[in-house]
Amino acid sequence: MARALSNVPANAKRGKVIEIKTLTRHPMETGYRRGASGEEIPRDIISRFTCTYNGAEIFRADLYPAIAANPFISFFTVATESGELVFAWTDDHGKTQTETAKITVL
Amino acid sequence: MDHQSSPGGATRRELISAAALVPGAQLLSVLMASPARASTPDGMEASIREFVGEASMREGRVKLEVPPLVDNGNSVTLTVSVESPMTEADHVTRIAVFNEKNPQPNVAVFHLGPRNGKAQVQTRIRLATSQKLVAIARMSDGSFWSASVDTIVTLAACLEG
Repeated sequence: MARALSNVPANAKRGKVIEIKTLTRHPMETGYRRGASGEEIPRDIISRFTCTYNGAEIFRADLYPAIAANPFISFFTVATESGELVFAWTDDHGKTQTETAKITVL
Repeated sequence: MDHQSSPGGATRRELISAAALVPGAQLLSVLMASPARASTPDGMEASIREFVGEASMREGRVKLEVPPLVDNGNSVTLTVSVESPMTEADHVTRIAVFNEKNPQPNVAVFHLGPRNGKAQVQTRIRLATSQKLVAIARMSDGSFWSASVDTIVTLAACLEG
């Protein structure tokens, strides 16, 4: 999916703490702005981000309108086993966009 | 006095008074809209109280990094790190970030656990004006630790872009 990006090392030694970076395309419209003719632009933000590692949730973030457009989030995790990391961004309307990254643990 | 009618039917006096009123009314609505929406230091205190509850909070263990001088408030890199071994017995469970003067006091809440290995998160935020930011970490033993930082914003978010 072109709308979301993640940066996860392809290989890692077991037990190593690795950094994970994620970025997705989204306007994060605050709901506080007005359009050209003065009408309020309705709020539309990603309010939740989760990361699961082989099905188990390892990180979650609740986001508010103060997060900049195209939200960037980075965090760390311990490389425990080979498998899949799934990132999910959920917006105010409950629509979820996901991205998957594979990791090989040596 | 002789009233001279304009083509639209309104008198000269009516047109002038109408023209004078419009910008005033717009300005008034802008002035009235902003204070009701803006987060205040009190609003931030209330949100922090909601997060911390009855527990006591101490300064320390948390490091909050934001550029001291921000050129563009639309995208400001913010890093929070917490001193913690991140073991099953002793780890950070949550990190919350609050601001003083954006329209809302909340910025983000991050949920962590021992599997993170290192208690550090980074994101990009909006800043409406120069203000104080506060980061609070909740540890697995139920204690709360905080750090705050003051930033100066030269181009504000929320107004343009």
